[in-house]
Amino acid sequence: MGFLNYTFDWTVLWREPYGAMLIKGIVTTIHLSLLAWLIAMMLGISIGICRVLPSRPIRFAGSVYVQIFRNTPFLVQLFFWYFAAPLLLPKSSQAWLYDHVSDYSFWAGVIALGTYTASRLAEQFRSGLLAISPDQYHAAYSTGLTTFQTYRHVIAPYAFRIIIPPFTTEFLTCFKNSALTMTIGVMEITHTAYYIDSFTWHGLETTTAASLTYLLISAWVVLFMSLIEKRLPIPGMIARGQ
Amino acid sequence: MDLSVIIHNLDFMLGGLVLTFQLALITIAGGLLLGILLAMARLSSKPWLYYPATLYIHFFRGLPLILVIFWLYFLSPIITGQSMDEFLAAVVSFIVFEAAYFAEIIRAGIQSISIGQSMAAYASGLTFFQCARHVILPQALRNMTPALVTQAVVIFQDTSLAYVIGLREFLRRVNLVDAREARSVELYLFAGLVYFLFCSAGALISHRLENRLQRDWV
Repeated sequence: MGFLNYTFDWTVLWREPYGAMLIKGIVTTIHLSLLAWLIAMMLGISIGICRVLPSRPIRFAGSVYVQIFRNTPFLVQLFFWYFAAPLLLPKSSQAWLYDHVSDYSFWAGVIALGTYTASRLAEQFRSGLLAISPDQYHAAYSTGLTTFQTYRHVIAPYAFRIIIPPFTTEFLTCFKNSALTMTIGVMEITHTAYYIDSFTWHGLETTTAASLTYLLISAWVVLFMSLIEKRLPIPGMIARGQ
Repeated sequence: MDLSVIIHNLDFMLGGLVLTFQLALITIAGGLLLGILLAMARLSSKPWLYYPATLYIHFFRGLPLILVIFWLYFLSPIITGQSMDEFLAAVVSFIVFEAAYFAEIIRAGIQSISIGQSMAAYASGLTFFQCARHVILPQALRNMTPALVTQAVVIFQDTSLAYVIGLREFLRRVNLVDAREARSVELYLFAGLVYFLFCSAGALISHRLENRLQRDWV
């Protein structure tokens, strides 16, 4: 009984062929998360801006996007992109997709994670923009700047620094959510850990390795971002917080 | 679009919602309880309470939920000698995981209460637990309700992960119907719609509570 039944065999982490599989899993996790993050940043910031623009229809469209993506589970969205989205394409494109994109599950994962994370980023970005005093806008407009110039030269430099901490959290969430792509067959680190268990019965060791991957990368990202945060304080803002 | 596939399997799929709600409610209750204990330990001045609780919270917040499920899946046969019942496995891993998130919400809520409140409570002779139970927690709970409701909505969505251990909750059932009928577009849009209705109701409640809170305090 108990732990006596289990003999740890840590060599499963580096011996052939499992060591290489785990490394590949870690690389896939990072690759997928970074690509998704790229989509999320571009889409999320655009939608975040839409949600504070003066135009009512644009604000409404932004709000609809955020509501849809935030109020459905990521897993449902993932299944939608993987199972359903290709069926919505014309027949010829479907055939092309199945013939030429061998790793469609990876790209479905990237799109699903990117569009989902975008809805969360948009909300963070919007609250970052709203945290900026309206006086800043008024001052910028009164000196004759256009809406675009106001955002580019006055608001964006502020907003960028306000959103560093929430964006760090969102990046880590995106990174962790990438594990769910295992349900559509992406061989990222969590899936690899589970997969190796089916050959070796040493899932505990591989799960430990997967956990350490997430924890170490998270710790590294947090450290890196707090350095950036220290380097770029907003003049006059610290005193207010103290 | 062929909606008949949804109508024909409606009973089967919506039957899974019962399990989804069960999972969500048990997780919320258990997670809240464990979360309160963790938050109190994290605010404690005793190092043997503070450090383990902090470690626990950082550990579970740093891992994907799916990995926590696997931890239990691999560990429980070793500890108990047999594999765990699927429902129990899902509930335990959800509670253990979500408690870390609840703990941080509760800690923030408790820290939003002025220190004068607990000083006054101790001065009038209340013990630590009396102070927590009768003075701090009732006020703190009020402040953190919107965030707690939001987290409850997140948990409702997270129950879909029970999918990976084969529990027949709502999403698993939709998936099963899709495997038989091959009508992915209709079925996943339907699944999304059902989750959307419940989650936006939750979000609306959270929003209302937040507005009311702001009105009351002014």
